[in-house]
Parts: sequence; C-alpha cells; structure tokens
Amino acid sequence: MNEQIPVHKIVNSISFGLISPKLVKKLSNVKIVTPELYDREGYPVDGGLMDIRLGVIDPGLKCKTCGSKIKECLGHFGYIELARPVVHVNFVKVILDILRGTCRGCGKLLSESEDLAIDFDEDVDFQEARKETKGKISDLRKITKCPHCKAKQYKVALDKPTNFVENEKRISPIEVRMRLEKISDEDVSAFGINAAVARPEWMILTLLLIPPVTIRPSITLQSGERSEDDLTHKLGDIVRINQRLFENINAGAPEIIIEDLWDLLQYHITTFFDNALPQIPPARHRSGQPLKTLSERIKSKEGRIRHNLAGKRTNFSARTVISPDSMLDLNEVGIPKEVAMKLTIPERVTEWNKDYLKEFVKKGPKAYPGSNYVIRPDGRKKKITSETQEQILEELQPGYLVERHLMDGDISIFNRQPSLHRMSMMAHKIKVLPGMTFRLSPAVCAPYNADFDGDEMNLHIPQTEEARAEAEILMMVQTQVISPRYGLSIIGCNMDAISGNYILTRYEEYSRKDAVQLLTEVGHRDFSRIPKKDVISGKEVFSMLLPNDFDFEGKTRTGSPVIIKKGILKEGYMDKSNLGEGQGLMLRNLHKKYGSDKNIEILGKIFRLGIKVLLRHGLTAPIGNTDLPKDVRGEVDLTLSKAQEESYQLISDYHKGVLDAFPGRSVEETLELKILELLNKSRNDVGNLVMKHADKHQHLPIMVDSGAKGSSISMTQMVACVGQQALRGKRIERGYKNRTLSSFKPGDLGPQARGFVENSFKSGLKPHEFFYMAMTGRDSLMDTALRTPKSGYLYRRLANALQDLKVEYDQTVRDASNNVVQFLYGGDGIDVSKSENGYIDVKKVVERETGGKK
Amino acid sequence: MSPEDILPKKIFEDAKQEIPEKTSASTIKKIMEALVDEYEKALVEPGESVGLVAAESIGEPSTQMTLNTFHLAGVAEMNVTMGLPRIIEILDGRKTISTPMMEIYLKKATDEKKIRSLARQIKEMTLKELIKDITINVMDTRVEIRLNKASLKEIGVDEEKIHKNISKSVKTYEAKLDGDLITLKPKTKDVDLNTLYLLREKLKGLYVAGVKGIKQVLPVRRDDEYVIITAGSNLKDIFALEFVDTTRTICNDPFEISGVLGVEAARQSIVEEIFKVIEAQGLNIDIRHVMLISDTMCTTGEIRGITRFGVVSEKPSVLARVAFETPIKHIISASLIGENDELNSVIENVMLNQPVPIGTGLPKLGMKNK
Repeated sequence: MNEQIPVHKIVNSISFGLISPKLVKKLSNVKIVTPELYDREGYPVDGGLMDIRLGVIDPGLKCKTCGSKIKECLGHFGYIELARPVVHVNFVKVILDILRGTCRGCGKLLSESEDLAIDFDEDVDFQEARKETKGKISDLRKITKCPHCKAKQYKVALDKPTNFVENEKRISPIEVRMRLEKISDEDVSAFGINAAVARPEWMILTLLLIPPVTIRPSITLQSGERSEDDLTHKLGDIVRINQRLFENINAGAPEIIIEDLWDLLQYHITTFFDNALPQIPPARHRSGQPLKTLSERIKSKEGRIRHNLAGKRTNFSARTVISPDSMLDLNEVGIPKEVAMKLTIPERVTEWNKDYLKEFVKKGPKAYPGSNYVIRPDGRKKKITSETQEQILEELQPGYLVERHLMDGDISIFNRQPSLHRMSMMAHKIKVLPGMTFRLSPAVCAPYNADFDGDEMNLHIPQTEEARAEAEILMMVQTQVISPRYGLSIIGCNMDAISGNYILTRYEEYSRKDAVQLLTEVGHRDFSRIPKKDVISGKEVFSMLLPNDFDFEGKTRTGSPVIIKKGILKEGYMDKSNLGEGQGLMLRNLHKKYGSDKNIEILGKIFRLGIKVLLRHGLTAPIGNTDLPKDVRGEVDLTLSKAQEESYQLISDYHKGVLDAFPGRSVEETLELKILELLNKSRNDVGNLVMKHADKHQHLPIMVDSGAKGSSISMTQMVACVGQQALRGKRIERGYKNRTLSSFKPGDLGPQARGFVENSFKSGLKPHEFFYMAMTGRDSLMDTALRTPKSGYLYRRLANALQDLKVEYDQTVRDASNNVVQFLYGGDGIDVSKSENGYIDVKKVVERETGGKK
Repeated sequence: MSPEDILPKKIFEDAKQEIPEKTSASTIKKIMEALVDEYEKALVEPGESVGLVAAESIGEPSTQMTLNTFHLAGVAEMNVTMGLPRIIEILDGRKTISTPMMEIYLKKATDEKKIRSLARQIKEMTLKELIKDITINVMDTRVEIRLNKASLKEIGVDEEKIHKNISKSVKTYEAKLDGDLITLKPKTKDVDLNTLYLLREKLKGLYVAGVKGIKQVLPVRRDDEYVIITAGSNLKDIFALEFVDTTRTICNDPFEISGVLGVEAARQSIVEEIFKVIEAQGLNIDIRHVMLISDTMCTTGEIRGITRFGVVSEKPSVLARVAFETPIKHIISASLIGENDELNSVIENVMLNQPVPIGTGLPKLGMKNK
C-alpha cells in the first residue's frame, strides 16, 4: 500500500512585480486567436477562450496541458497578441509622471543630479522611497529644456482615462511605449520604480495575459444553455475587436478606421481591468447590468480579498436557534441528536481502541452513536452504508480514521454574531439532548450578548488533536470568565437568578428537609455544613455553596455591607452588585482563589439556586404592585401640580421680563433650562415617593431592588408619572410653527405643550402625551440605526490597525516590523484579565500576610 | 533584584501605605515576596495579542455609546462633541476638531470680578463688537467707524491699537483716527459704492483684540479657584499670557497639543480625551487599552490616525494593507517598486491558511523529516 505523504508547504514571502511580455509568453500555454467559444457539438474550440489547454470546467474532459480532470487542474494561462499596443489603465498616472519627468528626445531624466536614483539592490525602505520620490518628481515637470540633449520639452497632459496629450497632439501608445523604452534603468528608479521587476514599457500592453477558464467558469442553465462568466464576455469582446483590427491593418484600411478600432480595443481592455472608472461608461450585459470585471472581483467587502481570503467558510459546523437550559453547566452546550449524527470527530484506529471504534462502524450512520465515514491510510474516504459496512468492518485496522458521531464531552466552539470580542467564541463541552435547538445556560448569555427571542448560534467542531487541545486550554468558558476589557467577571447571574438569590438571602426560611431538597436540585451533594437546626435561613442555604474558607467584604446596591466569613454569609444579602456580570469583586475573588473550574461550578450552582428558589416562591408582576396608597397618591399629584404651577410662574416672569438670564445665556434659554430642571426634579421627587412607599415584599420592588430588571425610573413611569420627554437635551419644540401640536396655542411654553407627560403608563397617556413619547421613541430608534454602522467601521479600523501588536518575550509591545510601541505593556505589564478591575489588590495581600491585624 | 526594582512604582507605594507601622522586617519581607509573586502572576503572557484585545475592548462597547452631542455640566453650558463621534474624531487624528475647548488655569487665585475681566480680555474680539456703528458716507465715498468707548475700556484696548489694526489689514485705504471716529478713505479714486459696501462687511469681522480663535469664554468656579473655560482654542497664544498657569492649562485638541508641547503630551491628551468619553458614557474599559491605542498613534513622533492614510498605510506587509481599504492602489504601487511581503503579521497568514505569528502560533519547532 502506498502511503500518501501529505505535502505541507509554507509560504515564506510573496514578491510583487509587473509581468513582462516575455513572461506572458512563458506563462502561457495557448495563444488565443478566435472569439468563438464552442463548436457545433458544444466542444471548446482550439485557440478560443474556452480552449481546454486553459484548464477544464466540464466534468469528463481532461486538461490538455496537465492531463488532470476537473477540480484537479488549477487552470493555465493563455495570451492574446494585440494588434496595436494599449495602455494599462491602472498605470496611467505612473506613465504620466514618467513622461513628464523624462526628455522626449533622449529619454533621460530631466535633472542632472544623481541623487534622485534609488539603488534597489540595497535594503530600501519602500514606504520612505515612495514618499521621497513623490516630492522630487513633481518639480521635474516644470523644466522646459533637457539638461542633457538640450531638446525643448512640452507639457504632457492626461486626457482621462487613457490618452496622453502633448502640445495638443495625442501621443499614441506606440510612441509612449517607445519613449518609455528609451529610459535607462537608473533613471526609472528615480520614479520609485524598480526596473528589475517593472520596466515602464511593460505598462503599455502588447500581449494580454488571459486568465484560466477555472476562474471564469460558465454555468449551464436548466435549459441546457450555457451562460458565460462576465470575464469571458469581456475577453470575447477584446479578441473580436483585436481580430478586426488585425484584418483592417493588413487590408490597408484608412487611418481613421484603424484609430477607431484601436480606441475601441483600448476601451475594452480598460474595462476588462476596471469597469467602474468615472470617465467612461461601464460595459454592460445585454440586460443593462454592468459587467463585473477584474477590479470589482478583488475590491470591497464582497471582493475576493475580504470575502474569500480574510474570511473563509468551513465544514463541520452547525447553526440553529438557541434556547435556555439552566440545568446545563456553564461550559456545556446542548445539541440536538440530529446535529450530533451529522457532525463527526475523526478518531484514529490503534491496536488498543480497535474494538471500541468498531462499535461505531457497526452502528453506521443511522444509529446513534455511530459513524459516517472511514478514511483509509491512503487518504481515500469511504462512506459507511449498509452495503459497505461489512467490508469496512473487516478491513478496519490501525492507521484507519473513523469519523464518529459527536458524544457527550466532546469539545466544540460555540459562537454568536456579531463576534465583537473574544468571548463571542468559546469552547463548550457537547451534551447531546432531545429537541431541535442548541441549549445553553442563561448565565453565558452576557458574553455572547444572546437572548432567546429567536437568536441563532453557530457550532464548530475542531477536527485535529491540536485544535481540540488549544480550544480546551484557551477557549473553554471557564478560561474566559474574566473579561480582558475591565478585569471583572463577565459571566454572572441575571434576571431570575438574581431576584431568586435576593429573596433567598433576604427573606426566606426553609425546613431542614426543604433546604436539603433545594440544594440537591441545584446539584450540591455535600450537606456536612448544614447547621444542625430545624429551620434553616436562606442565608445559610446560600452559604452552603461557598467554599468554607472564603472571606469577602462588599456592599449591596444600596450600600449596606455584605460580609462573608469562612464561607458563611454573615451579614447582608445577595443582589446584582455582587452576583451580576461585570459588577463587584465577589465573583472575581472566587475565581482568583479557587481557580476557573471551581469558579464556574460555584457560579452554576448559585445560578440554579436562584431559579429553584423562585420556582417555589413564585415571582410575577401583578397590576396591584403599581397601586399607591391614597395619601401617597395625593402627595404625588400635589408634587406634580406644584411643579407645573411653578413653571407657569416662571413663564409669566419671562413674559413680564423679570426673569434674570444665566451668564452667557439668553433669557429664552434660561427659561428653558429652569423649566427642564424643575420638571425633572419633580419627577425625581415623585420617584423617591414611589420607592419610599413601595412594599419591599411585593414582586415589582423586589425586581427593582435586587437589580434583576427595571429601575426606580421604570417603576415611577408605571406608577406615577412618565415625566418630561426630551429631544437633544431640550424640551420638545418641533412640530408646527411655535407649537408642538395644533391643539395648543402658538407660543404656549407650558409643560403640557412642550413634552411633559403627566400621566403614568398605568393611568394611560393623553393623545398629545402619546405623541411626545412617539417622538422620543423615534429619535432613539434613529440613533441606534445610525450608530451601528459607524461604530462597526471604527471597530474594523481599530482591529486592522492593531492586530499585529503583540507582547514579546522581553515584555515589550511590538508591531509587525518589530518597532517597539510600548516598552512595558500598559506601563506596568499587568494583563487586565489577570488583574482585579485593572489593579492588584495590595491591601488584601498585606492583610493576608499580616494575618488581618491592623 | 529587590522588590522595589521589580514592582511598578504604584504598587510599591501602595504597599508602603498599607503596611502598618511596627511591622517586623521579616513580615515586610514576606509581604514583599507575596506582592512580587502576585505581580508576576498577573504579568502579560509573551505572544499575547494585546492589540486585538484593545481593539475589541473599545469596539465592543462603542455600539452602546450615544451619537448625540451633549452639554457640559454646569448652569451655563457650551456644546461639546461627546460619545461616539468624539471617539471617532480623536482616533481619526483629525487636524481640526469640531468643538475645540480650553481650560485655562491662573497662576494666582483671583476674585470673581478679576476673572471676568481676564476672560473678556482673552476672548477674540471682532470690530463689530466694539463699535457703535459703521456707516458708508456716500457723499465723500468713505467708511466711518464710531467706536464704543465703554466696551473698549472694558477689555483694556485703546483706540490707537484698533486704528493700527485696521490700517494694517486694509492697505488700499487711508485710515484716520479722530477721537472715537475712524474714517477710511480709498487711496485711489474711482471707488464705487459696491466695494465700499464689501469693505464695510469685511471690517465688521476684522479681528482687533483678544486671543485669536477663542470664540467664547466662561469663567467657572472649580473647587476654590476660578477657571476660564473657552470655546475655541489657541494654546500657543494663551501660554504666552503671563497670568496663565501653563502647567495646568489644557486644550482638548491632541493635534494642537502635539504642535505646542510635543507628541508625548499629545499621547497623554489622546488617552485622557478618550477616557473622558468612556467615563461620561458610563462604560468600564481599562485604561491600558486606551494607552496602547494612543501609543500606536504616536510612535512615529507625530499623530497618525487609525485610517487608511495613517497607521494602516505604514504597515510593512502589502497584503495587510490590501486587506484593509483601496486594495487595487496598494497592489499597483507594490508591483512597481517590487515589494516583498515577508508575511510577518496576522492577516496575510490568514489569507494563506498558515499559522499566525501571535500567541500559540508564535513558537516554531524544527524537526528533521526523514
């Protein structure tokens, strides 16, 4: 058996240069002479643009050059001999510079100084060379007499896009080429051109290189008709005109006809390279749609470079809707069985796992866990079907690869777009589950920025041992918990998990039996630390999940202390500022002290605990929670009406002319500011009233107080008053002339007429109030819609500019050309993701070493 | 090496503060060792792709920033570009920013009255603001300017100076000063009314006093001293004034700062200006990321923006430039000069399906292939 040796080539460097006519001939295998593509049988014509020496795109045919079949043959180049030389559009500006800077007679540089030339044999900084030459050659065009042969020089102008004009006479490409040929290599270097790779006359084409058919394949339509690629169309035009030009020249046609054809050839070749030039009409299909030629293939987001080279498509991936499953661990992902049976992992057969892998082959592709393919040592891939199964089982021996179905515990990479930071792609362990969606713990929603309103996510299966090892060590969820953006835990509890733990640690009490039940449901098995009591407080239940040597001091959202000593929550309660993502140091300290694996285990348990508590306790937002006691209601109404009265007072002051202006402000502006401040203050006052009188045991206030969802403002808006609507930091002014809506008198400056919404969402908005809210709503919608592409572009620029920066072994930060950007990363060399919110906690270290004594 | 040499200055100073007095030398040694240990554990790993992390750290939360220009805190306020547009403006490395501002500190603490008059002196004054009226005398074909003596006195400028300024800027006219009246008579004859009218409009906007570029001034009390906040900036001329405390006075235009105080100051200014926006938006981004971005913008000695004309244009790799913007242009210029892409950075290796020279792609392993 001949073992296939994998060829692994590494590209060391890529050089750029122009292709000389000589090289064109050397690269080519065919000279294209006819615009016809196929003969009557539909077979490619010899010497046509689809010549099978250029490569094959039809199944069954063999390439005449290399003898390979479709997909094996990469294609070969051909060439056209042009009847008359033609200018290459992309080099027009360079040619112009050269024509202007050299003598029209002797072809020497219009300068006697020697230092203009660049020696390309030495190490040249290309950036510098480019910058320098630019300034130097611009002076040359002003010289009117050649310093060498004393010939008079004329102004050379460019008649866009491709014609050169001297003395109001057109210089034909033939003459341009002759002038360029005369220039010595040394003089060429003065223009920043390395003559070794780019002689200037090569910019005037005499031979045109024809790309292989493989890059311009034709499509066979359902009707059996062939539809050719845009490039083939364009090349057909070029060949056709070129032939006609040849014929006319040979027949001795009048100069005008030849010139016309020549111009036409120039046009076709120009659009072959770039069909989006501003000066010339783009070449079009018969349908009127512009052709997509070479430049358009490369350029922009959909071009070859950004679409196919900088980003690539991949096999072994899956995509579907996501849904939550809080019983999964944070680093697990639940995948449907259907997906598990399509995605595979290659495992090599050895003496020791032969029997194990045979089991997978036996099950085949239809049963789980089975296998889909077997790869022989010679690289041949064999599909396992009921027919081939027997034979494969027999021949299976060490060296074979079995592509087996995914199983629990396999490593996968999970991703949600937009992938804005590295936590958007994390490695998860596979858990095969019934159902048709990907399942993930709601705790990891934050890094992915995912929710479950129909979001879809992608799953990738690394196929080599190296890739799996790297994914597991560097990309697993637990390794990504600390955000490199600010050095705090980006994964934490959210929503129900927060309110659940809040209720638990603040109010709940359980019987011993219930407490054990609760902890078991969460996945906790160690009950040795449960206090020997009949009634166990929520704080004690929560403490069970913490390691018994964990000490922590922090604050709740309201600022009251939270004290954990020896793994027991002594004082305070849990809320968002300790459990939430990117919040306090509690999660950070857990991670630091117990390591990443233990940390997510604890975090997962805390999360589930919160949910299980809520399951027992129940949490809902009844309409009753938005009721206010009668006396408070009165107080609220009084505050609001008083604020409105006061603003009317201000307005009448303004009309009377007794309002004092703020320094640097007009009286009108002052009035606006004062009213805005007054009304905002009244809403805040009302908000305080509402929060003060809210029953802390009611569910809505629980959600707000724990930080699970909502704020005091959203409470107030539901209960008491929505408040002033603001556009661009001002009250609403737009609409009709001098008024916002036609139901107000012109010039009315009162709160109601300028966007103040007095009602609450519960009491219902008046028509004009509803309109104000629609205005601000639309404004914020616009803001988001305009912001997303702007920030996306900023991000792309930043990433492109900074992607090469890395830390060297000497702790300096350097770019791709090894220039030092920073001598010590960030000034102190500290990795943010290893710090605590950007710092090293000196105090804690000192306390630890001195034993906490002050 | 002693802990003092290893630890960053800040950590060392913090430790000095935190260690209680009367701690035995051995305990101090133990603490220091623990700190060094802690510090070395937190160091960046060689090969870490810090640039991309910085880009992510700014790029990811930038979607949450607001677009609106907001107002400066305080009672009377001026418009300042904030949020995303401001960050874009700074990172672009623009030569002129949309809302230049200055904060001028004074050498000596003064009272409110003094600061107001100083502020007025600084403000750029056009002729329009210092006159009672400006008229065209049709009979004698001349322009007459009547100065406002009160406002002249307020900013401490006399008529002579204004007269000098005017005659300097309009050379084809003869300017005469008579009390509070300046008359401008054309030196050549046959001047039609239209040119006089144009002259009058031009004179109205003529700069006569104050510091050029300072469009608005606002004295503000900050802690226990007065600060002048200005709209418009002119760092160089403000620094020349003797009552200005040059050590604290700043403007918000990094480009201007680099011209007056050098790149080092501009680098710091970029960091501070970006961080100001981040803080105002209530985002949490570590300052190291901002510093890295600012450093890459300033390494060459002048401010380069994060654009195709700035940082990206100076990448050594052709393919890296091609992958960003204007690919055709870069391919053409590379082919003329015969450039050689050594494939030293990330994107070109991604294009070629090769390991990237960052992180785990960094170590190379030599092996004999038999």
